[in-house]
Amino acid sequence: MPDTAFWAVCLVVVPLFFAIICFVRSALVSILGPLAAWLNAIAALGMTVSFVHSGPVRYAIGGWQVPLGINFRIDGLSVLLIAMTAVTGLSVSMYASGYFSLRIGPAREQGRHQHQRAYFWPLWLLLWAALHGLFLSADLFNIYVTLEITGLSAVLLTSLSGKAAARLAAMRYLLVSLLGSCSYLFGVALLYRCYGILDMAVLARLVSPAPLMWVSLALLTTGLVLKTALFPLHFWLPPAHANALAPVSAILSGLVVKASLYLILRLWGDVFAQVLPLAAYLLPGALGCGAVLWGAVQALLQKRLKMLIAYSTVAQLGYMFIALPLIRLDEGSSAWEAVIFLIMSHACAKSAMFMAAGSIFLKAGHDRINDLDGIKEVLPVTSFAFVVAGVSLMGFPPSGAFIGKWLLLGVSLASGQWWWGIMLVIGSLLAAGYVYRVACHLLVFKAPFYARRQFIPPVMEWSALLLAVLAMLLGLFAGYPLGLLEAGSPFPGHACLEVMP
Amino acid sequence: MNWGGLLLVMIMLSSLVPGLIIFALPEKSVRPRTFLNLGSAVFKLLLILVMIIGIYQGRHFAVRWQLLPGIELALSSDPLAALFSTLSTVLWLLTTLYAVGYLEQSPNRRQFFGYFSICVTVTVGIALAGNLITFLLFYELLTLTTYPLVTHRGTREALAAGRVYLAYTLSGGAVLLVAVAWLQMLAGPVDFGGPPAAASVAAEHKAQLIVIFFLFIAGLGVKAALVPLHGWLPRAMVAPAPVSALLHAVAVVKAGVFGIIRVVHDVYGIQYAAGLHLLLPLSILASLSIIYGSLCAMRADDLKKRLAYSTVSQLSYIVLGVSVAGPLAAMGGLVHLVHQGLMKITLFFCAGNLAETLGVHRISEMNGIARRMPLTMAAFSVGALGMIGFPPMAGFVSKWYLGMGALAADRMWVVAVLAVSTVLNAAYFLPILIKAWFRPQDCPWSEQGAVDDRLETRWMLLVPPVVTAFLVVAVGLLANAQISPLAWVKMIVGREYGP
Amino acid sequence: MNTIFLYNFSGLALFAIGLHGLIRSSHLLRKILAANLMSSGVFLIMIVGAYGTDKGMIDPVPHAMVLTGIVVSVSATAVALALVCLVQETTNRVLLLQKRKKEQGRRTDA
Repeated sequence: MPDTAFWAVCLVVVPLFFAIICFVRSALVSILGPLAAWLNAIAALGMTVSFVHSGPVRYAIGGWQVPLGINFRIDGLSVLLIAMTAVTGLSVSMYASGYFSLRIGPAREQGRHQHQRAYFWPLWLLLWAALHGLFLSADLFNIYVTLEITGLSAVLLTSLSGKAAARLAAMRYLLVSLLGSCSYLFGVALLYRCYGILDMAVLARLVSPAPLMWVSLALLTTGLVLKTALFPLHFWLPPAHANALAPVSAILSGLVVKASLYLILRLWGDVFAQVLPLAAYLLPGALGCGAVLWGAVQALLQKRLKMLIAYSTVAQLGYMFIALPLIRLDEGSSAWEAVIFLIMSHACAKSAMFMAAGSIFLKAGHDRINDLDGIKEVLPVTSFAFVVAGVSLMGFPPSGAFIGKWLLLGVSLASGQWWWGIMLVIGSLLAAGYVYRVACHLLVFKAPFYARRQFIPPVMEWSALLLAVLAMLLGLFAGYPLGLLEAGSPFPGHACLEVMP
Repeated sequence: MNWGGLLLVMIMLSSLVPGLIIFALPEKSVRPRTFLNLGSAVFKLLLILVMIIGIYQGRHFAVRWQLLPGIELALSSDPLAALFSTLSTVLWLLTTLYAVGYLEQSPNRRQFFGYFSICVTVTVGIALAGNLITFLLFYELLTLTTYPLVTHRGTREALAAGRVYLAYTLSGGAVLLVAVAWLQMLAGPVDFGGPPAAASVAAEHKAQLIVIFFLFIAGLGVKAALVPLHGWLPRAMVAPAPVSALLHAVAVVKAGVFGIIRVVHDVYGIQYAAGLHLLLPLSILASLSIIYGSLCAMRADDLKKRLAYSTVSQLSYIVLGVSVAGPLAAMGGLVHLVHQGLMKITLFFCAGNLAETLGVHRISEMNGIARRMPLTMAAFSVGALGMIGFPPMAGFVSKWYLGMGALAADRMWVVAVLAVSTVLNAAYFLPILIKAWFRPQDCPWSEQGAVDDRLETRWMLLVPPVVTAFLVVAVGLLANAQISPLAWVKMIVGREYGP
Repeated sequence: MNTIFLYNFSGLALFAIGLHGLIRSSHLLRKILAANLMSSGVFLIMIVGAYGTDKGMIDPVPHAMVLTGIVVSVSATAVALALVCLVQETTNRVLLLQKRKKEQGRRTDA
């Protein structure tokens, strides 16, 4: 049985290899792309299984030792996020294979369509490889590299549709991403100046309050917050996510924003957690509240379905930031578990929503919400998938988001700072508002619905539904992800990582 | 092998699986769908009977599923659960038959019956919930699964009513979530059936417990239609008659009231709640709802709206019974859970018959209608008289026990409230009966509706109200018998108040 | 130590000038130049840190970081320039205006 380190290397090498092949041999893309997706999923499964057997591992790539060599650190958090990426990525890949097999629009546009498909797969596989690298990396600089690759692939994927709005949104996204990466790199430089160490695990033990540390943390956080689109720096996200092609929107909202979010959680919850006072956490918490309110209000006002879903992403990311002060206040590890459930549930549900919205857009020819009455007759599975995903986002039991909300509510009530919990509940009610704003049009019976004679392959409808149902059922099977976390938890107070020589 | 637990899971699945199958069947396959509906309803009833026999013999069934440490889903069968689930199942069977007849020409029946089955699953889940978090889970799911039924017609009013419904029930659900999370933070996981959880909380948190209690009442009061949280109920009347019957007799409103009973009896315990002086405000709130509901009912001309306000009023009898400390009042309240369900569903079935057969929606159009539809109006009269409290109908039994309980607890004002509301009930029900039976017809009725050659309407619309009317009389007459709901309620209250 | 301070200050100044240019210009090529300027500033600060440690030895790690950083920066610039060409192709101008409402109002795409 190959060991964890082998699977970890596979997870980076396999998508990278297939990305290059797909780029070089674009004729074979429609076979190689989904094949690569399946191989990725198998590698992630392999790594999870071997992680459950052998526990957390630290692997030096090529045998080169730090500080010049690159280390992989595989602990419970990384494994969970990679599993989440695998599941979501596989579903989106299946959806994309159906999406790009369609002949959309009049025949003269076929050339652009093939061009999209030829570039989608290499870019998506590159993005996937970078995400794996990011979740596995042990030191801050390697994370910079993988973060940059993620950003660049995401930007190019955003521009893929070729329309002016998409290209402008991609340009803005790129500039924001470059600003964020530069700020992050500056932070890393200062941190290295201060402590001489880049490895996150060692840093967690060495870090102590110093002026340079504060500046560095501020720069790191600003860069990451720009990339995660926290209110009020979220301006680039709605146009980028809404104007992208359907599978790309799913990838962007479901996975790409999670990368920088994961980093913020690592930094604030793990590396710097010992030195930061509680007051420092109030700022992200407050901005998270702002994101929840602002995102939800904007979502309610939108006329287009994809813009609504994009603003919903802004609001849901606010939840994760509200969890930051609760992580600090928490005695045990409930708040961490809650955040992870929220992340996993959101990834599945949001991707499912965007996939469903893409199918609806293709079938109806538009995505004006008020004119979607009765689409359930022509797209029953997709409408149901959208509603299930929306209900999961609302934090309804038994979805994973409910578990997360419940745990965070418990922590906030126990610590006396009940306003965070109330904010979460209000956010859920607002989410219910915009989800049902769409659902009441989708579920209404109105015959006949004038639809384009556009065939939507079943794989597109069912991949969305399966992902949405998974988000809902995540709560029922909550014990399994938690078991993974316990096996190699990075949380303070739990059995931790290897000691660095 | 946990046979008891398996039984409970089977009870849940016996309507969930047919519901999912109905979604998969094509729209046109009417016969298989009807067969599946009625067959699964009968099967579920049989399983519930098995459960009741077991409880009678003193057995207890339970099943648990752990989500996380501290969050556990639990189903358990105690007598109160059995009472509510039996009521739900019996009435579901009759409503299914009625719905098949009512919706005979309507489009989109597949979605209706699919959600209908899932609704009943969720309602029985509420009944069988063994701890607070399972109750919360099913309570929230009930909101979701009843929404497509309320907006089934798809008209603009239906959608607006659906929005109002969601606004109220989701807000109530959010308040309930906060209350449950807060209580579990103070007292740990709250199970039903054990010693009341609130009593085990340290004394310095008493103020918090009082606030939590009122949060519970607010959250549950939305579904239980306590004034002023009742605004969604009259507007939800835009739904088809089977939905109104189900919502107002069985599922949604009873879930709210059932929750209040659970909170007062199993979470706080009657003695503790009385000690914290929580019961008096609850009684006052219930009395206000009773009076206000009756007053609004008097002014409504639309028949279903009048019945809706009557529901607001009658549900608060149950809350009143629970909040007056003492076994007799509790018996009156709990048995009214069953009796009100039977009577109200009869009334709604009849209202649906009038609307579907003759296009009559308003009371002002009902002059002389009893000549045209005698069986329907006979059933209606039985239900209405029961609501007013005439012996030997079921309503008389519950009011009698409520009055006796109020006297025993020394609350004269409750007796006064009961008396006043009886008079008001008569004031809004008797005119309907007089108009129907004794006045000549003075406005034309449409004959385009459901007509049958020999009977006054389709048999599937006629059998359910007649059966429930018969049950109303039987339950009242046989109240002292061993197998009546009253005997069951005596057993429940006996366990609560001790020997 | 004066030179060290000068280098640090220049690095910071480059970063600040680049930041200002990135945010304030409308012309896309200027924005890309500004981004490059920012990263140059950061690289300078990194390299300066490699010198003058107590041991007297020069730290190789920042050199590795800067080399990697330059490669990343070049790729990012390449992507940015390609995207500028694409934007110019569809909108016939090379500007990113502050008026965002105009782009948001456009038809969203599948």
